Amino acid sequence: MFEYDPVLFSRILTYVTLGFHVIFATLGVGVPLMIAIAEWMGIKRGDPHYTLMARRWARGFVITVAVGVVTGTAIALQLALLWPNFMQAAGHTIGLPMFMETFAFFFEAIFLGIYLYTWDRFKSKMKHFLLVIPIVIGATASAFFITSVNSFMNAPQGFNIVDGVLTDVSPLAAMFNAATPTKISHVIITCYLTAAFILGMIAAYKILRGNKHVYHKKALHMTMVSALVFAVATAAIGDLSGKYLHEYQPEKLAAAEWHFETETEAPLILGGILTEDNEVEYALEIPFALSILAGGTPDTEVIGLNEYPEDELPPLWVHYFFDAMVFIGMYLAAVSALFVLFNWQNRRNPLRKLNPFKSWMLRLIVLGGPLSMFAIQFGWIFAEVGRQPWILHSVMTTAEGATTSDHVDIMLWIFILLYAVLGVTSYLVLRKMFLHNPVEHELERRGIPYHTVEKDVES
Amino acid sequence: MTYELLGITVLWTFLFGYLIVASIDFGAGFYSYYSKATNKAHIIHNIVQRYLSPVWEVTNVFLVFFLIGIIGFFPDTAYYYGTALLIPGSIAIILLAIRGSYYAFSTYGAKDSHFFSFLYGATGLLIPASLTVVLTVSLGGYIVVDNDQIQLLYGELFGSAYSWSVVILAIVSVLFISASFLTYYAARANDNRALELLRKYTITWSFPTIIMGIVVFLLLSKRNITQFENMLDIGWVFAVSFIAFVAAVVLIWKRQRYGTAFTLVVIQYFTAFFGYGVAHLPYLLYPHLTIYDGFTNESMAIALIIAFVAGLFLLIPSLYLLLRLFLFDADYVQGNK
Ligand code: HDD
Ligand code: HEM
Ligand code: HEM
Repeated sequence: MFEYDPVLFSRILTYVTLGFHVIFATLGVGVPLMIAIAEWMGIKRGDPHYTLMARRWARGFVITVAVGVVTGTAIALQLALLWPNFMQAAGHTIGLPMFMETFAFFFEAIFLGIYLYTWDRFKSKMKHFLLVIPIVIGATASAFFITSVNSFMNAPQGFNIVDGVLTDVSPLAAMFNAATPTKISHVIITCYLTAAFILGMIAAYKILRGNKHVYHKKALHMTMVSALVFAVATAAIGDLSGKYLHEYQPEKLAAAEWHFETETEAPLILGGILTEDNEVEYALEIPFALSILAGGTPDTEVIGLNEYPEDELPPLWVHYFFDAMVFIGMYLAAVSALFVLFNWQNRRNPLRKLNPFKSWMLRLIVLGGPLSMFAIQFGWIFAEVGRQPWILHSVMTTAEGATTSDHVDIMLWIFILLYAVLGVTSYLVLRKMFLHNPVEHELERRGIPYHTVEKDVES
Repeated sequence: MTYELLGITVLWTFLFGYLIVASIDFGAGFYSYYSKATNKAHIIHNIVQRYLSPVWEVTNVFLVFFLIGIIGFFPDTAYYYGTALLIPGSIAIILLAIRGSYYAFSTYGAKDSHFFSFLYGATGLLIPASLTVVLTVSLGGYIVVDNDQIQLLYGELFGSAYSWSVVILAIVSVLFISASFLTYYAARANDNRALELLRKYTITWSFPTIIMGIVVFLLLSKRNITQFENMLDIGWVFAVSFIAFVAAVVLIWKRQRYGTAFTLVVIQYFTAFFGYGVAHLPYLLYPHLTIYDGFTNESMAIALIIAFVAGLFLLIPSLYLLLRLFLFDADYVQGNK
């Protein structure tokens, strides 16, 4: 079809591997926190339903961890195989957080092993709860360290290049670069948000299918309250990410917003299409909003694409990915807020009479699960493609970083096949695991009594 | 000690850690498939499961640590090996991926599938085979470098007696190390039937192991004479290794002190592995890359070493906890918990 180009195939293969890894990695970062919350509530309220929740989530979590671990190992090898020049440079400058990440992995792996096999081993429940803390810390630390590597790719600093030779390397300055604060906090909080929505989706789906057990209602309530907190934080930090871009990578922000002329009072463009001669049509414009996103005030001057040479601009289709991510962010915040309001039994809450378990509400929540995962994908595609043509912003182009090896194309097909097989089997295994052992059976087996709540399910 | 030496020693130690824990895991996979296929599953299945379940993920991290560590300390290896090893490296990834995920699937998800345990057993032997390619290649003569193009000579690699003998050595070692550990574990569990079977496996694989060790050593003289002579210079190290091997086999033969026997096996491999490593220095890739020209800058080296020491403070207590709960806790091992 097209000529063999190792750079192109390396880019596609990198995307396929990372895009697949991040599905599991996101859950790997987020789900331990949800497990910890559930186990904590179980202890504090003395409610065995929450403890069982933690137990069942942990069991499903193992499957996603396994796939996360193997795809992560694949990336670690692949980065060296596909981007040898980049990794050589990265090893000299940003090797520290990558190295520290492996300690986070160790930490998490060790305690996960212990956690899973010690449910009934300690007399005090608190002791077992303490074991989940290192898992949460380890998982979040992995995201922290790896994202700081990615921040470095966006805002390289902490070294000098004199006549093509690297000098004055400062590993800490490289690790804590300009992109680090916003990037890391946005990535971590969105992992939490996504995990909460995926687990909420499962509970909502069960209720929607006519399961009236209070266990699912508790799960749904807990995940939605968490999701609301995370969704608000996501939007707030997303706004700060925009301000970071304005300061350090204005061309990425401009590409996301199809913003050509440098100007103040810049509008935010939603959707639309771009004509041959760079006119925006059919778009929704929100006046001043881009200036506000970039600098907090309408009179912030936003740099336009015209300031850059043609060959240093990212592809402009990233606009759609940015829009889709932001839209989903708003959607998730709105849905979780509605649910929580309906379910909040405070006398002063005017909405408390509304039933949060109505089927339309549940459907919206179910939809939020896949949408949140898509937002992760869209966000990464926007962030990574928006950095093009650079692999290390303004230092090394993607083409310079790539391998010169033959056969990258065959590898691409083989890996696509591998991920397809892994994806399908993990889905089947997870399904089987929970279908064969529904909550009701497990409650009965463990002798946990059934309670009902006031509001009934309507479906 | 220079930073370069310190760096490579740390990495080599972790690679050794991987060699032992992964061999146990790989071999266990193979035995558990083999015993299923020959209807002895009920005998050793429990032993294998009880040990492996809590630790499999930790095993993988040893490899990741080595990989990331070598890129941190010796960034140029990414360039040389990365370009040359695209295909063998990718094959190893695929095998590791299949192994890891299907292990989890069969342990936590589906009940006892024949196909899953076949995959698990087969990859247990194929992975060590594909990983040893890296060691073979590092001896030189399998890679050509001409103006910025690095290529692996597949004909040379697949046609050489040396590379095949290393593969066989790796496989028999995996089976030997694994069997000797599981023998010890079965003894702790007071599981006599499993013990007898595993003891038999250990003895079966002990002689092929030592013979392959000698064969590889002899073939090495043809492959890389410098390395061969360096190894002869520190011949006493290999003598220690041999003595440890004999002592281990004698103990197992006499049904005595399985724990000591396994420790001796670890010493056998430790001495041989480090003897080989020392003889390999200063080359990372003979004759293109040494630890001195591939080393990272000084500030990164110091940062990595500080991170490493800090990491150990975290790691050692946690590993100790893991071992205490699952390896040294007699109740757990015997299946009472
Ligand atoms: C559930 C997922 C999710 C949701 C709902 C949002 N984001 Fe996001 N966003 C991500 C998931 C994500 C991400 C996957 O985590 C990215 C990709 C790379 C990164 O740093 O984070 C990202 C990147 C990213 C960037 C680029 C940062 C960079 O390239 O350095 C900006 C400006 C925003 N986001 C802004 C927002 C705004 C204003 C949102 C409004 C609510 C929003 N995001 C919702
Ligand atoms: C996990 C979520 C991630 C996803 C989905 C993702 C996605 C992508 C995509 C789409 C590209 C191709 C861009 C293009 O060539 O047009 C890419 C490139 C790349 N990414 Fe990421 N990325 C992720 C995280 C990371 C992280 C954390 C790192 C840093 C360690 C990283 C390193 C790279 C490298 C080295 C390339 C190749 C060079 C390039 O094309 O820019 N990625 N990634
Ligand atoms: C932002 C994107 C990423 C996030 C949030 C992330 C997070 C994670 C998490 C949480 C795990 C552990 C799996 C689990 O416990 O569920 C994991 C595994 C892994 N990741 Fe990623 N990761 C990302 C991108 C990358 C990249 C770019 C690399 C390559 C350097 C990488 C390398 C690895 C490795 C090697 C493992 C396996 C560790 C092991 O053996 O235990 N990850 N990742």
